[in-house]
Amino acid sequence: MNWRRMLALARKESIQIRRDWRSLAVVLLMPVMLMTLMGYGIALDQTDVPLCVYDREGSQLSQDLLKSFVSNRYFSLKLDARDYRQLVTAVDGGVCTVGVVVPLYFSKLLNAGRPATVQAVIDATDNNTANLIIGYTQAVVARFSAAVQLDYQQRRGPALGAPSLGLQARTWFNEDLESRNFIVPGVVALVMAVIGTFLTSLTIAREWERGTMEQLVSTPVTAAEVIAGKLIPYFVIGMTDAATCAAISGWWFEVPFRGSVMTLFVSSAVFLIGVLLLGFLISALSRTQLAASQFALLTTFLPAFLLSGFAFPIDQMPIAVRAVTRIFPARYYVTILKAVFLKGTGIEPLFAPMLAMALFAAAVGVGAVRGFKKTLD
Amino acid sequence: MPDESWAVVVEGLVKDFPPVRAVDHLSFRVSAGEIFGLVGPDGAGKTTTMRVLAGVMAPDEGSAVVCGCDVVRDPEAVKQHISYMPQRFGLYEDLTVSENIRFYADLFGISRRQREQAAARLLAACGMSEFSGRLAGKLSGGMKQKLGLVCALIHTPRLLLLDEPTNGVDPLSRREFWAMLYELAAQGVTIVNSTAYLDEAERCHRVALMHRGRLLFCDQPQRLKQRLPGAVIAVVSPIAARLREELAHADGVHSVLLIGDALHLFVDDAARRIPQISRALDAKGLFYDEVVRITPTIEDLFVNAVTAQEPH
Ligand SMILES: Nc1ncnc2c1ncn2[C@@H]1O[C@H](COP(=O)(O)OP(=O)(O)O)[C@@H](O)[C@H]1O
Ligand SMILES: [Mg+2]
Repeated sequence: MNWRRMLALARKESIQIRRDWRSLAVVLLMPVMLMTLMGYGIALDQTDVPLCVYDREGSQLSQDLLKSFVSNRYFSLKLDARDYRQLVTAVDGGVCTVGVVVPLYFSKLLNAGRPATVQAVIDATDNNTANLIIGYTQAVVARFSAAVQLDYQQRRGPALGAPSLGLQARTWFNEDLESRNFIVPGVVALVMAVIGTFLTSLTIAREWERGTMEQLVSTPVTAAEVIAGKLIPYFVIGMTDAATCAAISGWWFEVPFRGSVMTLFVSSAVFLIGVLLLGFLISALSRTQLAASQFALLTTFLPAFLLSGFAFPIDQMPIAVRAVTRIFPARYYVTILKAVFLKGTGIEPLFAPMLAMALFAAAVGVGAVRGFKKTLD
Repeated sequence: MPDESWAVVVEGLVKDFPPVRAVDHLSFRVSAGEIFGLVGPDGAGKTTTMRVLAGVMAPDEGSAVVCGCDVVRDPEAVKQHISYMPQRFGLYEDLTVSENIRFYADLFGISRRQREQAAARLLAACGMSEFSGRLAGKLSGGMKQKLGLVCALIHTPRLLLLDEPTNGVDPLSRREFWAMLYELAAQGVTIVNSTAYLDEAERCHRVALMHRGRLLFCDQPQRLKQRLPGAVIAVVSPIAARLREELAHADGVHSVLLIGDALHLFVDDAARRIPQISRALDAKGLFYDEVVRITPTIEDLFVNAVTAQEPH
């Protein structure tokens, strides 16, 4: 590796990027566009869902349950129904999106240590919204159930069977009930994978297309110098994009940031280098920009979307597919982002996913250097 | 060991682009300090040959030793010693003249001082001093080619490979370009350039005529003319184009070439054919100014060689 030649490449590439300010603007605005698009498309929470309740028992406990529905910002009480018919009419007529029915003997059953069931009627015209609301409802009930169980055990001792509430608690969302907290880090990884790979996937193919590569490969420059040199300016742009993504996550989507900026920086850098090098590998293997961009989309967006655990939980995938997800660094980046943002994990516990990303970067880097041929065919 | 007096030794070079054989068992040598021309029409295989010599394309067969380096076995070794200017403009159109120069200087490890001196001298030599801040894409065709030459010469190459360097260049720039080439050759730089124009070929010290990947002749331009079997006679006439039909199949005429208002006839024996042709034209009442023996141009030579290869 000759440093002067590498820096010459970096310098030349930077000038070209700066001159093409339109593309630069697009590349810098891309995270804003993609984050809002995907963040909202996927992760927009419902708030103030119009709620209708029908309390058949009217006990202290049943009122407590209904209070816990309205005490958060997800539901807002629109109607306290007199009978079941009124509740159904409200939901059918679109006045309310969800109706909650507390059964007779609700508190009696619970106090006797027996399970009770709460009924929820949900307007499922919009499937996604309905799913979200089911999730919220389940979470509220589960929380209430846990409180009841705790209370019961404190009174009766843990040996006896504890009562439970119907809507079986299966939290789809994180503890805060914030689906966006959970999904936004996935969007960040997806956006970074797509942008990172796109940034570099065109650069080598472009030089072949424009005819500048023919002259470049007739000089003593080596494949490693070309790739390392071109990597530098795109790394700077990519890190700017990463910062934009992080800022949007924190300020716009209000995902709590509990970790250290340093950990975020280091992990983003490692991930970014990996995807940039993947772009070079793609670019080195294709001689036209069109082929390169299609290949880039195929190799980043799809796996990042499907396999990183962003859209589908990894532990529910078939074993063969799960094995494939280990290769894609987006998965590790999502893990790290969640840990850094939500848990505030430091850098040491994240050594394993970090190493996995570094190994990916190294492997793809070697592939790119080997794949870059200094000959025309 | 390769002989040091040869800058280029090509032997039995073959390159296939199925179904086309772009270069077909090509052999030639270029001695150091020579201006060597690869001459042939489009598709002759000039670019392919240049690419092999520059170490950017692997041949299918044969050997090529450039500046003592075997470019087939180790194409990288030669790259420190050569400069290659592709047929298609190979510099960055979105970089300025001086940024392009700096880029290529850095790639060859030229110090800043050396670069500045060399750039100033070279830009002045081709009348481009005031354009150093202009984007390469905004230069005229001739200036682009001259910039290509400046970048190629920013380090001191032992061999300069120029693929159709004066294509699309105006006559004045072309003259400046050649002046620079002669000066370089005088300093000992070997130059291999390709052209489809025979008038350009006559400026080279030696030329290799190529057609369909094969070498037809390889010699000094003057010698090639002497080598022509038979002779060339010119029929000068305002109706030369019409006479072409009449004379193409006359006895002893190999081939016919129309240049301006003259018809060049390749004949086996000038002394015998001149009176014969004059008589034939007189008999048919076809008007002509004169029928004379001429020294063949490279163009004549080329056409004759190609016709000889493909009789029909
Ligand atoms: N990369 C390539 N792929 C396919 N065919 C090629 C390629 N390069 C050259 N050829 C073919 O090889 C022949 C010689 O081309 P080339 O070397 O460019 O000739 P010239 O430079 O004399 O015009 C032509 O028929 C051309 O179509
Ligand atoms: Mg050519």
